[in-house]
Amino acid sequence: MTRTNKIKIRANGKYLYIGKNSSVKDLLEKLKLPVKKVAIEYNKKILDKNKLKKVILKNKDIIEIVHFIGGG
Amino acid sequence: MNKDIFKIAGKKFNSRLIVGTGKYKNFKECARAIKISGADIVTVAVRRVNISDKSKPLLMDYIDPKKITYLPNTAGCFNSDEALRTLRLAREIGGWKLVKLEVLGDKKMLFPEMIQTLKSTEVLVKEGFKVMVYCNDDPLMAKRLENAGASAIMPLASPIGSGLGILNKVNIKILRKIVKLPLIIDAGIGDASDASQAMQLGCDGVLVNSAIAQAKKPELMAEAMKFAVISGRKSYLSGRINKLIIGRASSPKKGII
Repeated sequence: MTRTNKIKIRANGKYLYIGKNSSVKDLLEKLKLPVKKVAIEYNKKILDKNKLKKVILKNKDIIEIVHFIGGG
Repeated sequence: MNKDIFKIAGKKFNSRLIVGTGKYKNFKECARAIKISGADIVTVAVRRVNISDKSKPLLMDYIDPKKITYLPNTAGCFNSDEALRTLRLAREIGGWKLVKLEVLGDKKMLFPEMIQTLKSTEVLVKEGFKVMVYCNDDPLMAKRLENAGASAIMPLASPIGSGLGILNKVNIKILRKIVKLPLIIDAGIGDASDASQAMQLGCDGVLVNSAIAQAKKPELMAEAMKFAVISGRKSYLSGRINKLIIGRASSPKKGII
């Protein structure tokens, strides 16, 4: 598979490939994650969820996607 | 009788029992126990989404955050930066401002690191968070947290998950005297009598996780905790009798045959 049109990012510690010019919103859609139930950190900065479309992913970006789980 | 209202950061809650959502067998059991407990606040943790296994159920599918108040907690954070990062992310998930701060100092005893806890409280208050603070049963430190703008003081009864109950009743009584904020026992509750005792000492509420989640019958323990908190509170408000070291008859002497 050719990866020339793709970039490599790290999301939640895992490397994955995504098309060039994809936004963070595209990434969430690709991962089938509901925007309402998560928060996203982009290269250590917390993203405003209303602006996910505007953030275009670059090679080597580091993304953390978190949600609520059971805890004390 | 005046209505006994429980308020945190200006918001009214019906139940004085707060329940943790960790350590249950599954979300179904957790949701059932919470329903039976009558709690309207539950603590939750912030963790990475499992992006490779998306079939895993989500907590929000079982416990509706529109019906039950989610209290994001920083459990597992061992310094101020980790705790601040966690709560800022929690706020971004859905606008949560009421949060529970917990900065732990050591991995074995899980005691709170109070210097970093105080520093984190100051930062969070400035950022507009309503911070409920897990702390030691230290009256002076509690006062400092109150002055720093905390929304509730949450002293431990004993180490997290230990089930040892309230080890220092005197400190909890002193805390009640000097703390004006809601005082909520967090950590160490083992059974219903511990929860009741916390309320009888004048606490405004109790947070329970392990004692319910790890009981052999979590739902039954959830119900026991519900009644323990209610009865402890009523007992506290009713004004108990003095303790004597001699007997005092309950029946009148007059008219003895």
